[in-house]
Amino acid sequence: MSPIRSPEGTPASPGGVNRTGKASPAAAVKDAALAALVAFGLFAMMVGLRTEIGPEGALVLRQRWGDVAILCLLVFLGRLVLSLWLGRRRIAASTAPGRWTARLQQAGRLFAPAMLAVALTLPAITQGDRYLLDLGILVLTYVMLGWGLNIVVGLAGLLDLGYVAFYGIGAYAYALLATEFGFSFWLGLPVAGILAAFWGVLLGFPVLRLRGDYLAIVTLAFGEIIRVVLLNWVSLTGGPDGISGIPRPSFFGLPFTMSGGEGSFAGTFGLEPSPSHRVIFLYYLILGLALLTNWVTIRLRRQPLGRAWEALREDEIACRALGINVTITKLSAFAIGAMFGGFAGAFFATRQAFISPESFTFIESAIILAIVVLGGLGSQVGVAIAALVMIGGFEIFRDLGEYRMLVFGGAMVVIMVLRPRGLVGTRTPSIALGQKRAISGELVGEGHG
Amino acid sequence: MAYALQQLINGISLGMIYGLIAVGYTMVYGIIGMINFAHGDVFMVGAFIALITALLLTAGGVLAGPAGILVMLLAAMAVTALYGWTAERVAYRPLRGSFRLAPLITAIGLSIVLQNFVQVSQGARPKPTGTLLPGGWEVMRQDGFVVQFAYTQMLIIGITLAVLAVFTVLVTRTPLGRAMRACEQDRKMAALLGIDTDRTISLTFVIGAALAAVAGTMYLLRYGVIDFYIGFLAGVKAFTAAVLGGIGSLPGAVLGGLLIGLIETFWSAYFSVQYKDVAAFSILVLTLIFLPTGLLGRQEVEKV
Amino acid sequence: MPLQVLLQVQDVTMRFGGLTAVDRVSFAAAQGQITALIGPNGAGKTTLFNCITGFYRPSEGAILLHPPQRGPGAAPVALHRLAGHRIARAGVARTFQNIRLFPGMTALENLLVAQHNALMATTGWGIGAVLGLSRYPAAERAAVEKAKQWLHATQLLERADDPAGALPYGAQRRLEIARAMCTSPDGPALLCLDEPAAGLNPRESEELARLLLAIREAGTSILLIEHDMGVVMRISDRVVVLDHGQRIADAAPAEVRADPKVIAAYLGEEEVA
Repeated sequence: MSPIRSPEGTPASPGGVNRTGKASPAAAVKDAALAALVAFGLFAMMVGLRTEIGPEGALVLRQRWGDVAILCLLVFLGRLVLSLWLGRRRIAASTAPGRWTARLQQAGRLFAPAMLAVALTLPAITQGDRYLLDLGILVLTYVMLGWGLNIVVGLAGLLDLGYVAFYGIGAYAYALLATEFGFSFWLGLPVAGILAAFWGVLLGFPVLRLRGDYLAIVTLAFGEIIRVVLLNWVSLTGGPDGISGIPRPSFFGLPFTMSGGEGSFAGTFGLEPSPSHRVIFLYYLILGLALLTNWVTIRLRRQPLGRAWEALREDEIACRALGINVTITKLSAFAIGAMFGGFAGAFFATRQAFISPESFTFIESAIILAIVVLGGLGSQVGVAIAALVMIGGFEIFRDLGEYRMLVFGGAMVVIMVLRPRGLVGTRTPSIALGQKRAISGELVGEGHG
Repeated sequence: MAYALQQLINGISLGMIYGLIAVGYTMVYGIIGMINFAHGDVFMVGAFIALITALLLTAGGVLAGPAGILVMLLAAMAVTALYGWTAERVAYRPLRGSFRLAPLITAIGLSIVLQNFVQVSQGARPKPTGTLLPGGWEVMRQDGFVVQFAYTQMLIIGITLAVLAVFTVLVTRTPLGRAMRACEQDRKMAALLGIDTDRTISLTFVIGAALAAVAGTMYLLRYGVIDFYIGFLAGVKAFTAAVLGGIGSLPGAVLGGLLIGLIETFWSAYFSVQYKDVAAFSILVLTLIFLPTGLLGRQEVEKV
Repeated sequence: MPLQVLLQVQDVTMRFGGLTAVDRVSFAAAQGQITALIGPNGAGKTTLFNCITGFYRPSEGAILLHPPQRGPGAAPVALHRLAGHRIARAGVARTFQNIRLFPGMTALENLLVAQHNALMATTGWGIGAVLGLSRYPAAERAAVEKAKQWLHATQLLERADDPAGALPYGAQRRLEIARAMCTSPDGPALLCLDEPAAGLNPRESEELARLLLAIREAGTSILLIEHDMGVVMRISDRVVVLDHGQRIADAAPAEVRADPKVIAAYLGEEEVA
């Protein structure tokens, strides 16, 4: 078995480095032995005995005690190393802006433009490398989704576990408009966004009164309802087979054809026809859409609507006492967040040329939400970094095969335990008389929703 | 009539399974105010442990009747409880008192970990066990339609009621139950009064996981096929049940579970199987619009 | 000049289940005055307050506001029928017993959020402002000026860029008052303060009293719940006393102080200074 780190290998495992502080070697060994014992309890049956379908069709057990021993040993060693080397330092959740955050904050001013510069020149840097550009497109799609959801969760403080529904609505709206009614991308894009926003409001209405986890489960339910309908309304959506043959985007009317003839992109600009033209175009398209999302969010944050969202997250009752229409404010957050989800969906549809309900499962919502929380609620740069780390990292670990998701989930746990307030855990004021100073995450609210 | 009766039996036994899982959600929510998203997957682990135990017993040639099922139950409860304990220790305890969304994300991460751990260790293909406990009691016969109360269904209803009874006594009559309720009301104050809150919370996870393991074993006996993915849908349904009943309320969780089970079963029987989840979720949304804190949930008084 | 009625509370009753927290209470607050609402703990002051400011809907009775700018004889605004967020627009601003600032936002941002409605109107529903096609920049400059003016009045100007949650307690109390004062373009018609002096030291109480008098001079009437009798007796023009949900006195401070019913209500509870 490949050396996966079990959950017990993580810092805060049984025995509690937190409590012991400095560990004497004997205590550390005892502690590690205990951890290994727990690991044995966890793995003995699940790993040691594998159920397989036997020759006669009945289930049989295959024994793999070696793997169990390796896992227990790894847990033992991991635990020992942790308590001996790191035992002196309290390994605990830190929310205060530590050394690292402070540095990130300082670097932030340079970092964001640097990231933007890399993003803008990526096709040149990679010299049209198809794989890297595709990866770039994927990461940017999640950056955009993260920024869109950030409006709802990060700014307005409304916990939305069904964001993928708007992504799906946008994708299906564009796909149907394009295949059934021949809409071009540039016409279909806004319509898809508006439709998604409309559904955002529709969802928003019933859930306005709900708080916290009630809101979470209703949004989750909404996401599932949309997926099940997409799956079963075969006459409209094609059911599990999805919609294929969605028109690929053209360069403002000039198609990317390989023949390079008159009226094609390559022909018009006198270029050698190449399949990478379309990829580069798609890359800049999603970059543009993502930057649009970012630009709108940044602008709105400095304006009454954005401030009202943040105020809503901080204290809804106080908002009401100040005469802010809480209903409209919440709905506007839902609608604008959903609209950007819809844009991203339309882009996804045109890029893939094929969509099916499988792309819009709960796990997508969970990943987008994880990107927002890991990045730091409300932080645009943080969300971008989190998307890059999570999605890019996920691709880099492609070789891990079936262990990839395991590592992905484990990474989510570890990052969150170490940095509960996300990578950028501070809030930047929207306006200041003097210099804008970052506000510690400790003071910033999370909303009731 | 006969058809409806059969659906009623099916709906109740399914609802009991949801109810058992929902109790785990609602307990954890009550005590630390977080959605333990990995709870559905803990249920799935429970089903797998039960399956492996059953296969071990078969290999040893001792699987037979009630004793075998009891062993499966106990083994599943013990091992799954360890999973629940570890989950709390690794993913939730370090975040105690931290931001509310952080444990939600670790819970989702843990859910991914558990699913993929089982997929890797046990394989992705569904595990058909066949019927471990065939047969049933013929309730009535009408126009050639036989209403059957399967032994597995009796078992589910019987064991669920027994487990819930024990559990209710535990929560209402024992020092542990008092400690749990105290932590629920005010964790800081409970700690000041000398209650070991960490231990109490650990035990809550352990009990919740053990109940999920009971549900997993019942699921295995009833449906005879499991895979690493069953936890997600069952978890979402059970969470829906907990919210429907009013999260934090134990009777509410069971009531919500029964309702979800019945809605789903009747909807599939009379309307369409494909849209049964939509029906369950729609009822949830409708209920919450009119009762924003669920059926039996405490009405939150807005303090100004 | 005869006093003009600003706020009229008529037979307001508030029941929670079987408990009657406020029982047919009537009183009036006059334009340009500071009216104090006092009473022992549990007398129903905050409940009545929440009815006036739209957080509760009274079980019975009416609450009418006669905004001065509408002139005498104009129809009053029925506050008890307005949606919560409309109360502030009608000219009634409030603070909370447990301070409710936006702790993660700076003092300045808090005051800008208070001016939300006025600012929002200039942005063309947000869309115009995103595109930069509106009167918004000028409006924002004006809003910042107004905020600075109130930060100055509450001695918070140098802390404008600090998060509200990081301010000391007394400063938070002052900031909440400043925020309430920013809700209407010319200051609200009525400012409702729920125990503004709670937790303040004597010097801070003294400053608070001066601030409230200044607010009254600027044309905003004040309705005040307060336990600090020193403050109440010094600055109030009229005092309404509640006990067990009922009004037991409504008179000038000196009269209330001598009222045997009031003394009886407070005995064992608190001393009337």
